[in-house]
Amino acid sequence: MKLNLKIWRQGGNYKNGQFVQYELPNVNPHMSFLEMLDVLNEQLVSKREEPVAFEHDCREGICGTCSMVIDGRPHGPMKGTTTCQLHMRHYNDGDTIVIEPFRAKAFPVIKDLVVDRSAFDRIIQSGGYVSVNTGQAQDANSIPVEKDQAGRSFDAAACIGCGACVAACPNASAMLFTSAKVSHLALLPQGQVERKRRVLKMVAQMDKEGFGQCSNVKACEAECPKEISVSNIARMNREYASAAFTNESN
Amino acid sequence: MSWFTKFLSSSIGQKWIMALTGLFLMLFLVIHLIGNLQLLKDDGGEAFNTYAFFMTHNPLIKFVSISLYLFILWHAIQGIRLWRSNQAARGSRGYAVNYARSSEVSSRNMAWFGIVIFVFLLLHLYQFWLKMKLGVLPPAEVAAYDHPVQNLYLPVKEAFSNIYYVLFYVVSMVVVGFHLWHGFWSSFQTVGINHPRYNGLIKSVGYAYAVLMAVGFSFIPVYMYFVQQ
Amino acid sequence: MSIKTSPALNSKAPSGPISDKWSHYKSTVPLVSPNNKRRIDVIIVGSGLAGASAAASLGELGYNVKVFTFHDSPRRAHSIAAQGGINAAKNYRNDGDSVYRLFYDTIKGGDYRAREANVHRLAEVSGNIIDQCVAQGVPFAREYGGLLDNRSFGGTQVSRTFYARGQTGQQLLIGAYQALSRQVSLGAVKLYNRHEMLDVVVVDGQCRGIIARNLLTGELERHAAHAVVLATGGYGNVFYLSTNAMMCNVTAAWRAHRRGAFFGNPCYTQIHPTCIPVSGDYQSKLTLMSESLRNDGRCWVPKNAADVKKNPNDIPEADRDYYLERRYPAFGNLVPRDIASRAAKMVCDEGRGVGSTGLAVYLDFADAIKRDGHAAISARYGNLFEMYEKITGEDPYKMPMRIYPAVHYTMGGLWVDYELMTTVPGLYATGESNFSDHGANRLGASALMQGLADGYFVLPYTIGSYLSNEIRTGAISTNLPEFDKAEKEVRDRIERLKAIKGKNSVESYHRRLGKIMWDKCGMARTEAGLKEAIQEIQALRADFWKDVFVPGSDAEYNPELEKALRVADFLELGELMCEDALHRNESCGGHFREEYQTPEGEALRDDDNFMYVAAWEWKGEGQKQDLHKESLDYEVVKVSQRSYK
Repeated sequence: MKLNLKIWRQGGNYKNGQFVQYELPNVNPHMSFLEMLDVLNEQLVSKREEPVAFEHDCREGICGTCSMVIDGRPHGPMKGTTTCQLHMRHYNDGDTIVIEPFRAKAFPVIKDLVVDRSAFDRIIQSGGYVSVNTGQAQDANSIPVEKDQAGRSFDAAACIGCGACVAACPNASAMLFTSAKVSHLALLPQGQVERKRRVLKMVAQMDKEGFGQCSNVKACEAECPKEISVSNIARMNREYASAAFTNESN
Repeated sequence: MSWFTKFLSSSIGQKWIMALTGLFLMLFLVIHLIGNLQLLKDDGGEAFNTYAFFMTHNPLIKFVSISLYLFILWHAIQGIRLWRSNQAARGSRGYAVNYARSSEVSSRNMAWFGIVIFVFLLLHLYQFWLKMKLGVLPPAEVAAYDHPVQNLYLPVKEAFSNIYYVLFYVVSMVVVGFHLWHGFWSSFQTVGINHPRYNGLIKSVGYAYAVLMAVGFSFIPVYMYFVQQ
Repeated sequence: MSIKTSPALNSKAPSGPISDKWSHYKSTVPLVSPNNKRRIDVIIVGSGLAGASAAASLGELGYNVKVFTFHDSPRRAHSIAAQGGINAAKNYRNDGDSVYRLFYDTIKGGDYRAREANVHRLAEVSGNIIDQCVAQGVPFAREYGGLLDNRSFGGTQVSRTFYARGQTGQQLLIGAYQALSRQVSLGAVKLYNRHEMLDVVVVDGQCRGIIARNLLTGELERHAAHAVVLATGGYGNVFYLSTNAMMCNVTAAWRAHRRGAFFGNPCYTQIHPTCIPVSGDYQSKLTLMSESLRNDGRCWVPKNAADVKKNPNDIPEADRDYYLERRYPAFGNLVPRDIASRAAKMVCDEGRGVGSTGLAVYLDFADAIKRDGHAAISARYGNLFEMYEKITGEDPYKMPMRIYPAVHYTMGGLWVDYELMTTVPGLYATGESNFSDHGANRLGASALMQGLADGYFVLPYTIGSYLSNEIRTGAISTNLPEFDKAEKEVRDRIERLKAIKGKNSVESYHRRLGKIMWDKCGMARTEAGLKEAIQEIQALRADFWKDVFVPGSDAEYNPELEKALRVADFLELGELMCEDALHRNESCGGHFREEYQTPEGEALRDDDNFMYVAAWEWKGEGQKQDLHKESLDYEVVKVSQRSYK
């Protein structure tokens, strides 16, 4: 099938950024979306033009590297699917597809569709861990965890850190990402010791990075490729207030 | 910064302010609606004027109403601040294609609805509340008190006999309904009340509440315009 | 046994009974005192399980650690994609597991080509890994009593695999990433994301630092350290199509190899039997379907080549060949990976492969659905079925899945001694980037175990043995002539690539290399094929350096340039893999030479002549590499023919 692509180009020959139109005549419906872009890039290289820069790595929907907004939706139209797992059979001959980078002040564009998401790393560094040195752990089975509770913790821990939540949010809020980590650890006995400290520090860092506030629009949940629930945000709201009001140290 | 101001100035703290002030205002709306229902009595405004006098003279209610003014202002100012900082967080360049179907109209436009409501509120206060406060209304005799009270019924009746005003009022109430449609559930979510057992209930109650408020407030002028004329 | 270990290879495996080697080593290894650790810099390249765990652990110990990753975040490393689980000899099931059994299974599974002392140590620390990960908050699967659940995996008779749904690798990596992040926040570890290591710097025979390219600015940076650890993963992408992530590459290991680190067993490649088959030329990567599917799915192809294009549901039972059940009645569909893969290749070579390319076999769940019901199968494999449908557009509840083997893991890698040090003093290799623990074939759920064992529990001890001699060295200058020279060489290489301005894309060379490797150095290899492959690769490499086109500037983010540098190294590695496969005149594990098989088509080892590790020494551009042998003298395990009949 034939596709028209309207892709955001920035950097290189497109200093300040602009949309550029491309035509792709032979798209196989079994291709993945990224393979379709590979074909476009091959075509551009053969014309000695600079290929479209986009980030990708595992192409299995787990590394969280791929990041683009397809027709206004992070990771495209399919529910619970990353861009790399989106296939062209969901498009029709003659379709025009608009591809843009994730947009948020905290995610500055590096080039074309590539953005800098290191703010997420800094949020985790601010407290998204259990402080246990290698070798300090007791026997694994000495900490029983209720099965369903472990499952809920897993649901939050399934976050791949792709940033689609921020890209989808009209406020560019990182609440879903941050709350998923807060929830993952708050739901486990291992996370209890640092529970208050963790949520206070992580929220402070999140605010410092320039993300917006949550206004419960829930676009994040709708676009999250791992379908992480906004109930995590409610949990973080609760955890944060409770920590702020009861924390005895600083 | 003390821990409390730190909390209030954090992103989550600011949302708590929105939620708690919002929940208070929602409670007030219920009281307000019950009061307004006095207008439906075909008694020439007696019940309404009695109620108006009570509301403006009971010391406890007077105290609550002062916090109400503050909360309205706080809710509005905080809302505008959040709106602006959220726009800044989105960055200078938006998307060329905006896909809206993954969220509700009400949730995405809270700030716009809020602004409409605020404008309505100013007019509303100027028209009724201010006149009452300035004491420029003519007196009316009511059975409940042995002295005359201000006749607030008069400007209300006058306003609701104007079809344009009725329309404006009804449109404003629809906007209020949208604001509440999202605001009710959202307030609970913000203060962390979210539980798979009760989420359905909270949402249903919220939607019912929003519809009830919009319909209830709109019904009164419509009824007065068409029936009590 | 007549194999003599090369004097250049000292495995440093401690003497004494196998079960005492590690504990004795730990109690006698020289230590570095806390105040001295502060004065010692360690560079870690790679942030996957092996890199992140090592960085966190060394940071906790007090070393100054720098971590380099070419990703935007350490959490993207490809360890994240591991699905099945992680083995540990915890014996929580009371089913007779022990350290010795895990050790034995790993040695046997590796077709007796791994070093005993290393594997035993791996089994010993396996339990600590689970403890550590649980303490970090890894949400492993649990039973209703709240204790950890286990599953069984191919090639073993006990249930020792711990798992977190189908995303064990992700959860373990996030655990290690969080431990690393904690050290970053404490200032013990400095993180360099979007930095790619392009050379190691060797000063007076010791590794003293690296040259890294800042991928955003293109700047070349010098970083000095008292020791460098490569945790840079495997090189399966030399085949172009593999289950590896797109950016996985051999460059760090290969650059180290060219600076004197011997490359061990490069030909040992694991081909995973259950992957979604190739569907067209545009294909960029292959997707693995968990091995667990073979618990209930039955592999078959039509008996008659004439039926291969028919709708599989129309082929009657009598015309189907359940080839694994037929050939291996005892293990049936659950034979180890290498055997299942070869069997699939064999039936496709006979012209009985299915699908559009004829390179696929059916994995059929119809009987299991009939037996256990739709709901039971969906509970077991629902997410995998969904993933399959997402990719292929076909519903596996109604149509049998089509699967085919794909390159998945490389057992070979930089040769390391017991201390995980390469043949360059001060340069270490951990995780998949070294050759050490899996012999010629890796068992399922052992890769995660090895990566974390190396990083959490082995390297933090063994690196002290070397660093205890470095406490008087002081800070290392990056102005040494060796840094100048290394940086210049990297710069020249980039300039040379850019200056070619040929007409072919980097991708096209990679694809052609992959085809040569897959056809001639893949699941089955022959002497003639390998010789052809070597010539073809040499020709392709020459063409690459004459006619490749690298667009864009080297002073900004340029993924094409990054890829060109990586493919250039693959073009050298591919030849070495073929050389290694050619010299190993036997079949073992992931290395199958058609000339060496039993009459039934099984791998035929030659222990008398090939029970050694092949470690290759770089001798310069265009020169044949020197082979060094490390004899594998087993003290404990009795070597025998693997049989799964």
